[in-house]
Amino acid sequence: MIMKQLMSFIRKEFYHILRDKTTMMILLGIPIIQMILFGFALTTEVKNTHVAVLAPTNDEAAQRIINKLNASAYFDVTEQIHSTSEIQPIFRDAKAKLVVVFEDHFGDKLRHNGVAHVQLIADATDPNAATSFSFYATNIIAGYQQELMGENKNPYQITPEVKMLYNPQMIGAFNFVPGVLGMILILICAMMTSIAIVREKEKGTMEILLVSPMKPIYTILSKITPYFVLSCINFATIMLLSVFVLKVPIAGSFMSLIVVSLLYIFVSLALGLLISTIATTQIAAMLMSGMGLMIPVMLLSGMIFPIENMPVALQILSNLIPARWYIAAVKAVMIQGLGFSAILKEMGILALMATVLIAISLKKFKVRLE
Amino acid sequence: MDKKMEKTIQYNSDQVIVAENLTKKFGKFTAVDHISFEVKKGEIFGFLGANGAGKTTAMRMLCGLSIPTGGKGIVAGYDIGTQTELVKKSIGYMSQKFSLYDDLKVWENIELFGGIYGMKDAEIKEKTDRLMKLLNFENERNKLVGSLPLGFKQKLAFSVSIFHSPKVVFLDEPTGGVDPITRRQFWELIYDATSRGITVFVTTHYMDEAEYCDRVSIMVDGKIEALDSPKNLKKQFNAKNMDEVFQQLARKATRNAD
Repeated sequence: MIMKQLMSFIRKEFYHILRDKTTMMILLGIPIIQMILFGFALTTEVKNTHVAVLAPTNDEAAQRIINKLNASAYFDVTEQIHSTSEIQPIFRDAKAKLVVVFEDHFGDKLRHNGVAHVQLIADATDPNAATSFSFYATNIIAGYQQELMGENKNPYQITPEVKMLYNPQMIGAFNFVPGVLGMILILICAMMTSIAIVREKEKGTMEILLVSPMKPIYTILSKITPYFVLSCINFATIMLLSVFVLKVPIAGSFMSLIVVSLLYIFVSLALGLLISTIATTQIAAMLMSGMGLMIPVMLLSGMIFPIENMPVALQILSNLIPARWYIAAVKAVMIQGLGFSAILKEMGILALMATVLIAISLKKFKVRLE
Repeated sequence: MDKKMEKTIQYNSDQVIVAENLTKKFGKFTAVDHISFEVKKGEIFGFLGANGAGKTTAMRMLCGLSIPTGGKGIVAGYDIGTQTELVKKSIGYMSQKFSLYDDLKVWENIELFGGIYGMKDAEIKEKTDRLMKLLNFENERNKLVGSLPLGFKQKLAFSVSIFHSPKVVFLDEPTGGVDPITRRQFWELIYDATSRGITVFVTTHYMDEAEYCDRVSIMVDGKIEALDSPKNLKKQFNAKNMDEVFQQLARKATRNAD
């Protein structure tokens, strides 16, 4: 009897989703669009930054540095200017993000005095980007200096060798893939589940279900099942895009990744359930999950802004965001390649959140029957 | 606690619904105030009252949706305070709001509710065929319910609410917004159900519908003020029709409609 009830009800839930083609396309399309947006459009990586140079004509040393800049993947030398008065318009018209100014007789001074100056002027409206590309430009110039030293050995040399662990090429995707995963799963599970349950309340069909011998817990289970399936499809989509399109490999165990993801999906479903017991209209449910989940997840989970840089109050608040722990665990497993023992803390916290949320929402769900 | 102290209600198998001093309080507000009545098997029992008189609350208690604060109730032989699961299995319910799924086909809605009430596939299929013939719905079987006219939907909703052959069906203002011809057809379906031994408990706003009931109760401010057959009530209140009876009683109400 119970199996028959469940099967009838789950089939009905799939009809709802499959017949609402627009919503289904959105749900399946969101991860793809987000991955592509974050992967290619909203990247914070320094790539082909436009550079303008002001160099004395026929200066061999300056020309070699310019060639090196241009040859690197970070920069494209797009403008040649001839006086300092042209610098302002370059930035104003957004023709370049970086202007490299060589002093007069740069090569001569370098050869004869051993000291020559080059100035880097960066557009710091985006401070992070400005820091990165001026750092790269400095390195390229230092590289040229190294070459010169090869000809004329300096006895005292300290060469720092920087090694970028886990992400040697500094690919942004390593950071946002866990973030997108954290956001999509909570969006699908919490928002869609709460809307689906509230829709029944709004249309009055919930009353029919409550009068029926179907136990509320089975109603909930049936409502959750299709969104659970959708979440798994989204998880697979994100993983495939990440590995094959964005070339972010799964460094650690795939099993650990699946286990922590299932736990996180469970937390999100419980959250959706809780929202559904509070909200009475679909719009309210959507706003609650939109404002209450999406924005905190984007801002406070460490997905975009590093948690360590936040004011203490926000850092404390971020502890309450499930996505924060999930994203940390995914980074540890997927990027750092750590084992299951490294994410025990995150697993514990997520499990605790799931228990508390399920307890509250089941209690609330029962109260509503009164 | 004191519910257990009360003696169990005496009732015979001919009585499908028995209410004894049934009471529901929300804080200090008494929505339903010690109502007592019984409904016999196969009867059409009209449950009337102005908005806010406590009809819906009383009905929700009888359906096992709401636990009584005091008093006792027996529906289909089960105690509504302690045996809600058994009560739920034996009743059908049709709410004021349209109670089927618009984005499901006619047969899918029937199959769903059949499944929820634990009916076997073969039984569902056979009864669906019969129902489609009875309603003259054979061409609509594969249509989405949302595409049907309101009258069709109401008839279908009623048929679905008694699809699992409950002992009693509760109808909460089932004919709201339906034209008189469809309402007439709807009542033919109700008579057909009673002829098969299903008891009908119906709330309504339409006084012409009250005339179709075997017996009618009228609730005012949480209490039952009158209960008898429409014929006797008209005699008792010296009224031409049920509307006059209702007006005389409803005038006494002090509660505002909510």
